[in-house]
Amino acid sequence: MTLFRLMTRWFPLRVVGLALTLTMVLSACGSEPEWDLRDVSGLLPDLDYELERAADGATVTEDAYAGEVRVLFFGFTNCPDICPMTLQKFSQAVRSLEGGADEVRVLFVSVDPERDDREKLREYVSAFGDRFVGLRGPEPVLRDLAKRYRVTFGYGEPDEAGYYDVSHSSAAYIFDREGNIRLLARQDSSIGEIERDLQRLVGQ
Amino acid sequence: MLEYLAPYEFYPEVVAFCALAALAYTRGLRGRREAGLPVAVASAVAFYVGLAITYAAMHTYIDYLAQYMFWVHRAQHLGLHHLAPFLMALGRPHEVLPYALSPGPRARAGRVLAHPAVRWPYRIVQQPAIASFLFVGIIFFWMMPELHFDAMLSQDLYRVMNASVFLEGLLFWWLIVDPRGRLDGGLGFGTRILMLWAVMVPQIALGAYVGLSNAELYDVYSVCGRAWPISPMTDQRLGGLITWIPAAMMSVIGALVVFRLWLRESVRDAPPPAAAVEG
Repeated sequence: MTLFRLMTRWFPLRVVGLALTLTMVLSACGSEPEWDLRDVSGLLPDLDYELERAADGATVTEDAYAGEVRVLFFGFTNCPDICPMTLQKFSQAVRSLEGGADEVRVLFVSVDPERDDREKLREYVSAFGDRFVGLRGPEPVLRDLAKRYRVTFGYGEPDEAGYYDVSHSSAAYIFDREGNIRLLARQDSSIGEIERDLQRLVGQ
Repeated sequence: MLEYLAPYEFYPEVVAFCALAALAYTRGLRGRREAGLPVAVASAVAFYVGLAITYAAMHTYIDYLAQYMFWVHRAQHLGLHHLAPFLMALGRPHEVLPYALSPGPRARAGRVLAHPAVRWPYRIVQQPAIASFLFVGIIFFWMMPELHFDAMLSQDLYRVMNASVFLEGLLFWWLIVDPRGRLDGGLGFGTRILMLWAVMVPQIALGAYVGLSNAELYDVYSVCGRAWPISPMTDQRLGGLITWIPAAMMSVIGALVVFRLWLRESVRDAPPPAAAVEG
């Protein structure tokens, strides 16, 4: 019964899982110091978009803020929690950057074009500071952009008052000055972590 | 309706594999019929249904949902790793596929497959303990939260993940439902039952762990947004259940097939009852 003995020997799969995790961790140990946020360099395509800017109705592309560190976030202005929380975090982090606040731009893309007209979107983002830009577009354009960054959004059933929920990405995509994807800020990322990594990106 | 059948993303490797497999199998079926060695209709149906599931899981609206809903992703892998390869292996590919080639190329292909550089790696990955370990290991591997995060984010990794679970599924299920018994070069039927049990237990453990966990283990679906608004915990519970119950059921179904093959072999090898009576 060698087979049986072999099987019982490797059976505790926690051991296997641990070994695999260890290999992963070890191989991840490079020379460069770790980022506080999730490093996603090379996993996603570079910045590329063509949307309507809420502030003036102009069509803008990735060239609009070339040379700045850019943060891309998908949300909607009726969002009860994730969007205002994330934008607030970035607002604070950007404000406390040393001499680098005007090197960072936060692009808030509304995935709810039905309710978020230009005026509403402009008003919403301006509450977070002048580094925040509201962008909007027709749904097919948004679908393409979302697909490019492997995110999606969907609409819930409207209630009696006509309110409906929108599922959307909860992470902020951070691009360096050249427009290359670098980091992902998740919901549990702290203001301090965001600030440190933005500072480091601005300095590169 | 059409929009649900259209691929969300175009994967040339999926189209090429499915087209080639369908073509080769269909040619093989015809070849066997012409040679007077037809294959049972049920076997052919199993193969085509398995292939259709593979295609549907990767190249229809299901692929979109699988990218943006954890439980659909688990269902997609149930199809790619378990159901589709299991059905395709039931299609007696070892008898049908050689007939897709005319005798000359068939002999050449046979020589390539018999070459030590091909045979030995194959024998190693198909060693029962290694094969069982790989079959379950690949599930655990892609479900490590940090790696899972990258795989769902990067399209390249996502494709590698799906291809790897499918190919590993083909290797494993072929070993299990290969109709040839040990005397004909297949694996002993008892060993197969043991393997099915060995892969079932860790899958149950993993499914239960994910399904009953109170922490959000796979936040990449929140990061990327879900296909429709559903709570992350509901999504995770469903995904855990799919990893747990239907995946374990596949071991039971696999065991039924093995018992049937076993029975058939023992009946075939037994002396004819009439002779026993007269003797």
